[in-house]
Amino acid sequence: MTQMTVNDRPVRFDMDPQTPLLWALRDAANLTGSKYGCGVGDCGACMVLVDGEALRSCLITLAEAEGRFITTIEGLSEDRSHPVQQAMVAEQAIQCGFCTPGIVMAAAALIQRNPDPSEADVREAVPNLCRCGVYPRLVRAIQRAGRVARRRERISAAPAPGIDMEDAARAVPALRADSAE
Amino acid sequence: MTAHLKQDKPDTRNLLDKMRQGVIGKPLSRPDGPAKVSGTAPYTADHAVENCLEGVLVTATIVRGEVADIDAQSVLTMPGVVAVIDDERLTARAAQGGADEAPEQPARKVGYFGQPIALVVAESFEEARDAAKQLKVDYRADDLSDIPLDPVQTDPEPQDDGTRQGDLAHAMTSAAHSVDLTYRTEGHASAAMEPHAAIAEWDGKRLTVHASLQMLNHNIIELADALDVKEEDIRLISRYVGGGFGSKLGISEETVAACVAAMELGRPVRVVMSRQQVFQCIMRRSETKQRLRLAADGDGKLIGFGHEARVSNLPGEDFAEPVLQSSEFLYAAENRLLQLEVARIHRMTAGSVRAPGEAVGMPALEAAMDVLAEKAGIDPVELRLRNIPDKHPSEGLPFSSHKLAECLKQGAEAFGWDSGPRKPRQRREGEWWIGTGMASAARVHNIEEAKARVTLKADGTALVETDMTDIGTGTYSILGQIAGEMLGLPVEKVLVELGDTRLPRGSGSGGSWGAASVGSAVFVACNRLRERLAGKVGIAADDLVLKDGTAGNDLRLTDLLDGEDLCEEGHYEPGEIEDDYTAAGFGAFFAQVRVNRFTGETRVDRMLGAFGFGRVLNEKTARSQCLGGITWSIGAALTESLLFDPVDGHLVNCDLAEYHVPVHRDIPDVEVIMVEERDPAASPIQAKGIGELGMCGGAGAIANAIYDACGARLFEFPMTPDRVLSALPE
Repeated sequence: MTQMTVNDRPVRFDMDPQTPLLWALRDAANLTGSKYGCGVGDCGACMVLVDGEALRSCLITLAEAEGRFITTIEGLSEDRSHPVQQAMVAEQAIQCGFCTPGIVMAAAALIQRNPDPSEADVREAVPNLCRCGVYPRLVRAIQRAGRVARRRERISAAPAPGIDMEDAARAVPALRADSAE
Repeated sequence: MTAHLKQDKPDTRNLLDKMRQGVIGKPLSRPDGPAKVSGTAPYTADHAVENCLEGVLVTATIVRGEVADIDAQSVLTMPGVVAVIDDERLTARAAQGGADEAPEQPARKVGYFGQPIALVVAESFEEARDAAKQLKVDYRADDLSDIPLDPVQTDPEPQDDGTRQGDLAHAMTSAAHSVDLTYRTEGHASAAMEPHAAIAEWDGKRLTVHASLQMLNHNIIELADALDVKEEDIRLISRYVGGGFGSKLGISEETVAACVAAMELGRPVRVVMSRQQVFQCIMRRSETKQRLRLAADGDGKLIGFGHEARVSNLPGEDFAEPVLQSSEFLYAAENRLLQLEVARIHRMTAGSVRAPGEAVGMPALEAAMDVLAEKAGIDPVELRLRNIPDKHPSEGLPFSSHKLAECLKQGAEAFGWDSGPRKPRQRREGEWWIGTGMASAARVHNIEEAKARVTLKADGTALVETDMTDIGTGTYSILGQIAGEMLGLPVEKVLVELGDTRLPRGSGSGGSWGAASVGSAVFVACNRLRERLAGKVGIAADDLVLKDGTAGNDLRLTDLLDGEDLCEEGHYEPGEIEDDYTAAGFGAFFAQVRVNRFTGETRVDRMLGAFGFGRVLNEKTARSQCLGGITWSIGAALTESLLFDPVDGHLVNCDLAEYHVPVHRDIPDVEVIMVEERDPAASPIQAKGIGELGMCGGAGAIANAIYDACGARLFEFPMTPDRVLSALPE
């Protein structure tokens, strides 16, 4: 069994170690946010963070991922509050949305290591294919995400989904779930 | 209850502008955005279905002939393999858009290399794929030397009677300036990022099918016909579609195969095409060969206009890339000849790829116009301005609206177009020649019948329901805005449910008609709801002011409804108006490129598009569509090209490594100007389509910029470095 950490949880995959990480995530872990677009590393729709680097999960075997820390789009933030997620919505850098999770992961990795990227930095760090053609908006969105990460700007384009008091109480210990009753 | 509008005349009431909510047209973020950035929007293959089997398509290794025998036993003993499906109902091709009948059956009859012939079903995807590769198939194959594969060497048949007016040959010889040029464009693939996929469940009587499709209203008819199952026993679901661009207009092979397998095996079956299969089994845009003859008098007025095109398709396919569609009405001339012909060859099916026709016809026409402008010594923008007709040149119909001149002028101004004398190679930076070019944009306006249900709920929210899809275009956004505007609700109070055939039939997403068609159905339903509300208030509907959940002054909608839901189904149909007007979107492209004098590489430095397409329903999503179209223009101009093996006609570059869609670094800052207008003849919401206009001519602007930069006139698209180098003057 291949062991790794996926979205902060220890996971053991009972699968052929030659299985591409993408299929383990999608089929075994039901983390379907990472997409199959080509299977051979051309499109980037399957990008996940492996020890903080944005990599194409279709090109990594389970064996190669052993012991690594994997973050998928589902684990990037619990409430889509990550600056890249907020900026992508605000700048309308989304159309059909199929390539979006991969782009978000590539951009998140960039912002993590360089929260003030130049246009050239963004174009280099985000090689993902998008057939709808959101490219002209990506540079703006990702630079804006960088500003948010640097606390220079705030966006709330994608509010957290249906937060009930119980959820809020889990996140903020000072709140008491029963006080909402 | 149903509200019906068959539009026979322009809707000049312009009701949307009289509303007070103020959300129509606004640049609102799409409501589906949060789900898409968090990976929670479920696309077809993402649905978790209990006990689901996996199917992998087996594809033909011959060009034409028949499957003689499939040796199922050769794989049935392999681990996990459950069945080999080679049922008569399996389809050999995808349906053309709006076919409303089953595509070519059975799959055993082979018409092109790579055609699906069977489905192997196993417990896991890996087991199914392995077995699909090992399956032994015997063919009765036709001799390759008997099979037409090359569109150039195959005698074509005329697609229709064409358009003939006056005497073009005479106009050419008597003209002050004329050009007679032949262009070639290569095939394109839609290459939507989401591969075609389906999950079918059969409960013994009813089918539930998740599939990635653009037009459920047509697809359910096609699927029912293919399976010989009643429409009412099928439910098709397509809430999120990872791009379509024409490739998901008709029911495709994996959906039919998943259904057949689920019905035969009594277990759910999922089939996802590999990227290579998507390239091989789904529609290609035909390559074209186009002859342009343009004749002008001394003032640059066209007196002769000839546009002839040859395209190709498989035998038995009605679709022929409508290359001349906008040439029919874009420029006036007394002597005209337009003729489309089709060569019947055995490459994969040709069908709709974003902006069928204009995507390749307009760039060739606009490149030829540039040559004419140079010959006549007239500024290219001015040449176009001088040739805008005041009515359809052959049919004589008035235009519903016409913004070409405004787009040309506003675009030129914003771009900083230099209308002085033009000469190539005037600007160089290091290794790079720099130049500018422009082109007109035109795309026919299509509109279709559509239904949508709108429920104004007692709690003061509204629900919009239709089987219409959102393929990334913004349907969720604009339907919420139309309903919100009409009913006086902020968009947060309007829920839009799409992509389920249990809902009223929409128009489907295709041909840029979705927004205007289904938007009009929502409008019709809301208009009736307004009448009913006005009745409750006791005033005329025209006097009813709905805003922020109130019906004027202190009257709250929730009080007015008093616990009751109001529900109306809107039914929109285009009527005689289609026979009274020529309706189209117009625009202009301006591009600045740099061409490397040593390598022939072209980079687009900046590009601008100005477009007039009626009412803008959402400024953000409309702009996105324009930007996407321009991105495709750059791909068509510089990189995109399907290549076929001359021996057996198979597609050689069937993946995203070898078929070059534009990447992030290929696309510069793109500017979009929306020349807003109201087109009351186009639809009752005064809107036209915008999904395709952005790529109808743009590649021509780039071709013209390449010439201006370096002096290379190219007559082949895409204009790859080798072609540029060989066209460079010494």
